[in-house]
Amino acid sequence: MSKIVRDYGFDRNILTVEDFISLATLRQGVEKPVRLDLGNDENPDGLQPYFCWLEMIRIPFPDFNDGRGFSLAKRLRQLGYEGVLRASGYLIADQYRMARLSGFDEIEIDDLLAARQPEWLWQSQVIKKKLSYQDRLLKTG
Amino acid sequence: MYKYNDFDHAFVRTRVAEFRDQVDRRLSGSLTEEEFKPLRLKNGLYLQLHAYMLRVAVPYGTLNSRQMRQLAMIAEKWDKGYGHFTTRQNIQYNWPKLKDVPDILDALADVSMHAIQTSGNCIRNVTADHFAGAARDEIEDARITAELLRQWSTDHPEFQYLPRKFKIAVTGSPNDRAVTRAHDIGLRAIKDSEGSAGYEVLIGGGLGRTPMIGKVVRGFLPKEDLLPYIEAILRVYNLSGRRDNKYKARIKILVHETGIEELRAEIEKEFLTRKAEFPGINPELLQAIEQDFAAPIFNKLSVDNHVARVAHDKEFREWVKNNVARHKIPEYAIVTVSLKPVGGTPGDATAEQMRVMADLAETYTHDELRVSHEQNIVLPHVPKAYLPKVYDELKKAGLATPNLGLLSDIIACPGMDYCSLATARSIPIAQDIAKRFDHLQLERDIGALKIKISGCINACGHHHVGHIGILGLDKAGVENYQITLGGNATEDAHIGSRVGPGFSAEELVPALERLLKSYLQLRESPEETFYKCYNRLGMDPFKEALYPHLKPKQIKRDRA
Amino acid sequence: MARKFLPKVITSNHLLEGDVIYFSTDGEWVRNISQAAVFLDPETAHRKLDEADLQRNIHVGAYLADALLDDEGKPKPVHFRERFRTLGPSNYFHGKQAGN
Repeated sequence: MSKIVRDYGFDRNILTVEDFISLATLRQGVEKPVRLDLGNDENPDGLQPYFCWLEMIRIPFPDFNDGRGFSLAKRLRQLGYEGVLRASGYLIADQYRMARLSGFDEIEIDDLLAARQPEWLWQSQVIKKKLSYQDRLLKTG
Repeated sequence: MYKYNDFDHAFVRTRVAEFRDQVDRRLSGSLTEEEFKPLRLKNGLYLQLHAYMLRVAVPYGTLNSRQMRQLAMIAEKWDKGYGHFTTRQNIQYNWPKLKDVPDILDALADVSMHAIQTSGNCIRNVTADHFAGAARDEIEDARITAELLRQWSTDHPEFQYLPRKFKIAVTGSPNDRAVTRAHDIGLRAIKDSEGSAGYEVLIGGGLGRTPMIGKVVRGFLPKEDLLPYIEAILRVYNLSGRRDNKYKARIKILVHETGIEELRAEIEKEFLTRKAEFPGINPELLQAIEQDFAAPIFNKLSVDNHVARVAHDKEFREWVKNNVARHKIPEYAIVTVSLKPVGGTPGDATAEQMRVMADLAETYTHDELRVSHEQNIVLPHVPKAYLPKVYDELKKAGLATPNLGLLSDIIACPGMDYCSLATARSIPIAQDIAKRFDHLQLERDIGALKIKISGCINACGHHHVGHIGILGLDKAGVENYQITLGGNATEDAHIGSRVGPGFSAEELVPALERLLKSYLQLRESPEETFYKCYNRLGMDPFKEALYPHLKPKQIKRDRA
Repeated sequence: MARKFLPKVITSNHLLEGDVIYFSTDGEWVRNISQAAVFLDPETAHRKLDEADLQRNIHVGAYLADALLDDEGKPKPVHFRERFRTLGPSNYFHGKQAGN
């Protein structure tokens, strides 16, 4: 079983493997809104025409030290993807802020990790989003 | 120099509180050691051979007297009364306890300092020319760019878990004192044909087990494109850099395996996407940074007493000749305080010495100090009128060794006296070399010479770019030292060549003595430095000096 | 050809202090190698290392290090790295050689 971490706290994960399709399947064409499992070594180039069909893109974190997902999320957002971005796998609470600032909406973690790093710990990261040098450096409005 | 604003203060305090909490969670088991390690590294904390080691950032090597005094206080309160200045323009404490580290970080925050991103697989503390703002050959003060990059890279959410560490160096002068060609990114301030300011951007330089000289990825980058372009480099690296082998994970390997042309195309493509939605830097913030680095008001005092002292005091004259560089203002000078006394540990300063340097900076030199990558301290703006006083005070504190750029001004990593990665010791080698040549009284005669010593293949002691490089290895359970010759760390950066089999610690200094005595025989004149002489003659005569038992034929064969 | 098995001690660094420590015969962590338990066969050495490794809230990064036995049967380091770890740095009289 797994949990979904969002800014307001934990939710139970209700999606299963069957709810996602692969990039290869997507490229064969879609007729209804779908959810995509995108590998962290897969190239999102040319995905823009599909964005309106994508309800969710899920990006795996095989290990918390593997930061490719952060750049992939940022690239998708810069290409114009506005649907849900989910990180899935091994991320620790201390990385929640990074994930959110890189463009993820939510993180799917397993129950063992959720027990070791409980809801309040993840939520304590939410406020730190505001202390961002990068946001501050940029021109606003 | 840069002054923290409310945001900086709030940020570093929050960060200290976060680390305090992470330490508690490590002790309670909420964080495993595997999870905690990258977090402590990103806060500068290593676990070394005998103890923890805390590496404190001195951004682009600049600090003021108050900060230097706080470093002294920390050395006395939580360490063993000294600190070690490093080739990354940082300071390291060799003996902190884990439970004290959050308090040390708070003490640093009290004086607008931190230890953020001095380690770990992230963008490291940005380094710059230690003569920035004082050098005569400068196009612009490199620290404005370096501070901008410090802010941009600090806690950058996308780049905290890169394939490997990432080092950026900036120079504002054509004479490169920041070794920009041996960094993951090197930035050199230049002007284009129309006089607009920008950068030449180099990538893929680095030392370590696969030394590489950086390649130009963009010949001219307009200033306003700096952040989107650097982000593009980092994003391509984060997504494509190798993660299967830590020794092949630096961007230099990506450059090498992909080829600079193809990688440049990828970076430019990413850059265009990023630039399209990049809103530009907040001009007020940029202006504030620029103002903070405005030159101090220079007082043009009479230089008569300085000139008089030079004329009658031989020791003072010697020190001025070696340790004092020309400043952009004729009535000023740049003083380099040698942290290389004969027989001492390169880069170490006691708390007392730190206070002496802080006092001098505050009283005479516009309250500024610099840490150089050559492990010395620079007083960047000294009125020549004060040089005699500054010299006298330094001398009393054992800080006036007149050896800048000479044989005993050695770069040495901590080696196996402290470092858990080391394969051999470096410090005793540096001490032995300095002592031997001091005994022979040959240092002055030998003249300009860069000896750089690393205690393992990771090359923290920059041995690849030393005129004489020394690499300590473990050869079947005995410390063994390989010699490379002909390296160069300047704008003409060059990787030295290995000469032959290594030497034991006992054999090494006699071998260097043979090498340098033969140089004295071989040079055309005292003006021909060791480096020039080596480049004129090639390796063979020096190899003969190092390995006198080898026949000339064998020498040729060995090299083939 | 199998290499001769050298006696082993288990060594690590203390989590809070950072200091070099050794696993003793009664399953405690001690500061002096002379009090370390010595393992004469690979099976016992690895089994004990696994046991020591469980105490992750006490130490960081336990491993097996070669040891020799002195005249009194007490372990001594073999490799120079391990010898330095029993002493401290060579440039200052700090660390274990100075009694801290």
